[in-house]
Amino acid sequence: MPELVIEPGGAERRYWEGLWQYRELFKVLAWRDMSVRYKQTVIGIAWALIRPFLTMVVFTVVFGGIARLPSDGSAPYALMVFAGLLPWAFFSAALADASGSLVSNANLISKVYFPRLIVPTASVIVAFVDFLISFAILAAMMAWYRFMPGPQLLLLPVFIVIAFLASLGPALWLTALNVKYRDFRYVIPFVVQLGLYVSPVGFSSSIIPEQWRLIYSLNPMVGVIEGFRWCILGDQSRIYLPGIPLGIGITALFLWLGITQFRKMEKSFADLI
Amino acid sequence: MSDTAITVDNLSKSYLVGHRAARNQSYTALRDVIGREVRNFARKTADFIGGRPIVQGDTVEEFWALKDVSFEVKQGEILGIVGRNGAGKSTMLKVLSRITEPTRGLIRIRGRIGSLLEIGTGFHPEMTGRENIFLNGAILGMTKADISRKFDEIVAFAGVETFLDTPVKRYSSGMYVRLAFAVAAHLDVDILIVDEVLAVGDAEFQRKCLGKLTDAKKSGRTVLFVSHNMSAVRKLCSKAIWLQEGRINGIGCVEECTAKYLAQAPCRTGLASAFQLDQALELRRFELSPNPVSSGSRVRMSLEIAAHQATRIEELAIMFHASSGARVSMVDVRSFGLPVGLRAGQALAVRCAVADVPLTESEYHVGLCIRTDHLVANVPDLITLSVSPRPNAGDHVPYPAADRGFVELDVADKLLAVNSQ
Repeated sequence: MPELVIEPGGAERRYWEGLWQYRELFKVLAWRDMSVRYKQTVIGIAWALIRPFLTMVVFTVVFGGIARLPSDGSAPYALMVFAGLLPWAFFSAALADASGSLVSNANLISKVYFPRLIVPTASVIVAFVDFLISFAILAAMMAWYRFMPGPQLLLLPVFIVIAFLASLGPALWLTALNVKYRDFRYVIPFVVQLGLYVSPVGFSSSIIPEQWRLIYSLNPMVGVIEGFRWCILGDQSRIYLPGIPLGIGITALFLWLGITQFRKMEKSFADLI
Repeated sequence: MSDTAITVDNLSKSYLVGHRAARNQSYTALRDVIGREVRNFARKTADFIGGRPIVQGDTVEEFWALKDVSFEVKQGEILGIVGRNGAGKSTMLKVLSRITEPTRGLIRIRGRIGSLLEIGTGFHPEMTGRENIFLNGAILGMTKADISRKFDEIVAFAGVETFLDTPVKRYSSGMYVRLAFAVAAHLDVDILIVDEVLAVGDAEFQRKCLGKLTDAKKSGRTVLFVSHNMSAVRKLCSKAIWLQEGRINGIGCVEECTAKYLAQAPCRTGLASAFQLDQALELRRFELSPNPVSSGSRVRMSLEIAAHQATRIEELAIMFHASSGARVSMVDVRSFGLPVGLRAGQALAVRCAVADVPLTESEYHVGLCIRTDHLVANVPDLITLSVSPRPNAGDHVPYPAADRGFVELDVADKLLAVNSQ
């Protein structure tokens, strides 16, 4: 018969095992968020396509058309914007959805026990599904521009995994902080908005002066976006190689920080929420 | 010991609570307000930097919701936990079900544990009955295979076969509660923690809940049961704990614990002892049941007045007062057949029922008004009737009871029209 010991600050030796036991709940919560998401909307899941598409149009007009910024090589500006927008839209949706997820599920947190990590992670998964859906737009745009990707497209799944981990880390940390200090509810939209212009979403990172690129790569999304562009546009996009390990290092640091901070605060969520 | 299901050793749980300083001055200088806000801001910033939670208020105090609680529960035992509101019962269940962490102490639990602190946790109004069964089941810790196997049983128990693919926001409140309870009732664990589930729903539903708990008892499961309903505790439990201000005030015998608790309770659901109206008349019994009663459901009233001398009772009324002292309603017993003459040694029994109590959730003082051939007495506060909220019927969150007044109107023929002039 399993024995459970509850004590203050008790290190849960079998934390990850416990998380695995709750995999059903994880699936069910992600499924709930997905199926409720577009209920009582007219065009339903099409919203997952329209929002990134319109953002791409605006950025192409503003940065490519009006500001006349250069694209990567000879790649169409719209395609370059969209290749960067894909991971960024996922990152910002993951951050926004996850950080509010615990507070909006307060009734669950205060009435039932389960590993709290499930709730924000399920929100990140929901954002991830939208992200995968918007690949359809990318495929359509490539067909429209008759743009043939090279063999490096096969490496895209690697960057998708990095994009997922780069979003999960900060999302978990902000989720935990938001439960304790609701100030973060106002901070997060601001950070996401600022990040859109700080990261190379609407423009190519090649316009950043060479001596600043290493510092610029401290933003973990820079490496992810450059990786996406390189996989999709091929040699048109020159990748800044020292930035890749730096970005991965920062991603790993944030992931470690996110998980440890979340676990530290997890036990007091029910008292704070 | 191998047959111990739960061991609780010196369990304590503290919370930080903030107090606002008294502000009863007729006016406050702007300087004071600014000074206070600056101090608050400085303290919150210090809390944030130190990683401590923020507590609202001018002064912060540590409050012990549970203090050095120790007990043991054997396998197959049904433990009742009684105590006033704020005695620490819910905190204890939350600590036991791992929702919140204890501040001090140690708990050992042997066996799979499941807790029902509320029914229908996580029900999503936009999702169908079928989807919510899986959702709620997973939240309670059941696997998909478990739920699929018991699915038909759950649906039959709830009696919602025809509405399985309707979003639960279109369910009646009764159907909603039945479905929620049906899922919870099929949770298969060794140790079950139940909090006040019986406080909601109508009498029929409460009977079903008690039946399920009796089944659990028969199948040898361990149950921890918190309730204000002393008769349910007496009927079900083999052992009881009486909590007061976070400490154990009595442990062991169910009869003894519940009797002590009732004698102590300021919320008097019945007369503690016979009440002498005058030298001729004695009020022997006066009770409302169920108490607490759910708003909108049936409440029975009964009282017995014994006569030591021959007395003629001309008028009698049961009066309901709000805690503010305002008269809310009365039951006029004259219409039952008064006046009545009693000889010495005879007793008058009065019984009646109100089919659907229209009162909003609150505590009401129930008293008597009596006129006999030689007495006029008005005893406004004999027992307390607690009215609990009715299950939420609509999509709206009801306004607080204090805003809704005393009486819940049964509104019909609703119409909303926009007319042009």
